[in-house]
Amino acid sequence: MNAVTEPLRPATASPVAAGAVADRLFKGVTLLMALSVFVLIVLIGYELAHQSTLALRKFGWHFLTSSDWDPVSEQFGALPFIFGTLVSSGIALCIAVPLSIATAVFLTEIAPYWLRQILTIFIELLAAVPSVILGLWGVFVMVPWLREHLFPWLRGTLGFLPLFTGPIYGVSMLAGGIIIAIMVLPIITSVSREILRSVPNLQREAAYALGATKWEVTRIAVLSYAKRGLFGAIILGLGRALGETMAVTMVIGNRPQIVASLFAPGYTLASVIANEFTEATSDVYLNSLFEIGLVLLGVTVLVNALAQLLLKAFAGLSNQTQR
Amino acid sequence: MKQLRTILWAGFCLLLVQPSGLAQMLINGAGATFPYPLYSKWFDEYARIDPSVRFNYQSIGSGGGQQQILAQTVDFGASDGPMSDENLAKAPSKLLHIPTVAGAVVVTYNLPEAPSLKLDGPTIAGIFQGKITTWSDPRIASLNPGAKLPNSDLVVVHRSDGSGTGYIFTDYLSNVSKDWEKHVGRNTSVRWPTGLGAKGNEGVAGQIKQLPGTIGYVELAYAHQNKLPSAEIKNASGAFIVPSVESVTEALTTAKIPDDFRFSVVNPPGAKAYPIAGATWLLVYQQQQDAIKGKKLVEFLQWALTKGEAMAASLDYAPLPSDLQTKVLERIKTIKD
Repeated sequence: MNAVTEPLRPATASPVAAGAVADRLFKGVTLLMALSVFVLIVLIGYELAHQSTLALRKFGWHFLTSSDWDPVSEQFGALPFIFGTLVSSGIALCIAVPLSIATAVFLTEIAPYWLRQILTIFIELLAAVPSVILGLWGVFVMVPWLREHLFPWLRGTLGFLPLFTGPIYGVSMLAGGIIIAIMVLPIITSVSREILRSVPNLQREAAYALGATKWEVTRIAVLSYAKRGLFGAIILGLGRALGETMAVTMVIGNRPQIVASLFAPGYTLASVIANEFTEATSDVYLNSLFEIGLVLLGVTVLVNALAQLLLKAFAGLSNQTQR
Repeated sequence: MKQLRTILWAGFCLLLVQPSGLAQMLINGAGATFPYPLYSKWFDEYARIDPSVRFNYQSIGSGGGQQQILAQTVDFGASDGPMSDENLAKAPSKLLHIPTVAGAVVVTYNLPEAPSLKLDGPTIAGIFQGKITTWSDPRIASLNPGAKLPNSDLVVVHRSDGSGTGYIFTDYLSNVSKDWEKHVGRNTSVRWPTGLGAKGNEGVAGQIKQLPGTIGYVELAYAHQNKLPSAEIKNASGAFIVPSVESVTEALTTAKIPDDFRFSVVNPPGAKAYPIAGATWLLVYQQQQDAIKGKKLVEFLQWALTKGEAMAASLDYAPLPSDLQTKVLERIKTIKD
């Protein structure tokens, strides 16, 4: 065999062109990844709508305003569930937000270095507790304690408010709200901590230079700088709160009703799906449960959209006051 | 080196195409949660008798079981309530209902000193409709002259999830109370007029144990295991019956069983029959698609309805009475493969 060799030619035209190809590939792949999230959400929404056509056609908008959930006569209405989801999430935020932001401030501004690491580990451990385990703890430990101690005390001191009237069972809307609060606390704390840490030290030094006290520095330089980020953290927590299922369904009492009292049992959108989906035998029933899923998606999107609008309004206002 | 790689690749490919003559046959089923403990035991025992076949059962609920067998994604379905006519019409070919065992639904409660209570149908319906709200109500007191009933509120606990237990209970209440039948009805999931919802039998049992003054319904096995009291229920002949495996089998003996085995045995006429009982069914196509699988399935069903029934009582399930067993075995013989 003739070992005739030819001078080797490079595979590509030039190193610059190879770099350009790699760049475009990188851009394309990352765009695909980003789009896939969007496509996933759209697909979920489409699939939910597709599977609930029977119910959508039968009930229309009446589904959102009716309080009737009757599988026997096949009349379904989502209003008590929407109420339950919004109220339990609202209670959760009322409890969790002050606690989380305060914890985050403590961790970034006040705590000594050795304590920060330990507390952070514990908060992240709380985030790792599965929903069902927390639900079991709720049923066996929290609910009896609420029934025997906290609720009677609330009724004794704040019983003049319609929120704290009525019989006390333990399982209640308030119990649901408390357990969701426990679940969103770690998320809001972690994100807030990161936000507060990212506030440049220059801001704090400037405030100190003007003679501010520690609290004033925190309030003026850190918290107001981080306002938008903290709001984002709260919305993240709210997103989790709206969809929380297992822990809530174990302590909320599972009664679809709209009453003022927080001691009364309630029902959330996610709970009704978890409870009734496996045994739903008729088509309208199944479709109605899918429609509940669609409503939950809708509520989540709506709440997020409202939050974004509020953020924009916030930014607009702060821009105006600065001028 | 290259030769070694070729040999390794060839060996790997040979492994992949190995004939699976020694592989076990897998038969899939899905459905009801109520008989799951018993079915698990059956599959376990049967694997020892016939190691060539393995059963895989997913307890996803009766609704799921019915859906899956209609879609033919499983080889058999299981349901705690008989399939409705509407659903049965959707089956691509004739679907058989094979009753396996029955169970009792007991009314359990949390009262100080756990007295033994006697209740009847209309009273239970009144309680669960929210018409009877205190323990000292004359309707309860008249049935229990000696018992010390407190004057406290009655709190009803029902199932929040759809269940065969709920179906049997609401079936019974619809049977004994026209008012219940009109306003609430019978289904695995209903619009409960009053009460707290707890998830699963364990949820209801847990709620009742924790909160004094509660009343609810659970399966016999749960009442036994959680040491909860069971009320004696007045049956159609007027006697107050304690829920037990024997009184459930009695109920099946005296009830009228239609030809397609889609029966309801609540409130049967027998003197010793427990009124709140119900069976669970396996859903099997009469014409099996796969000849070998069909044969193995039929063999299992025959074993279950003969030897399997003997294991039922130890797990608090009631075996079918012998004449019903015979009829079911006849029906199993008609399954063609």
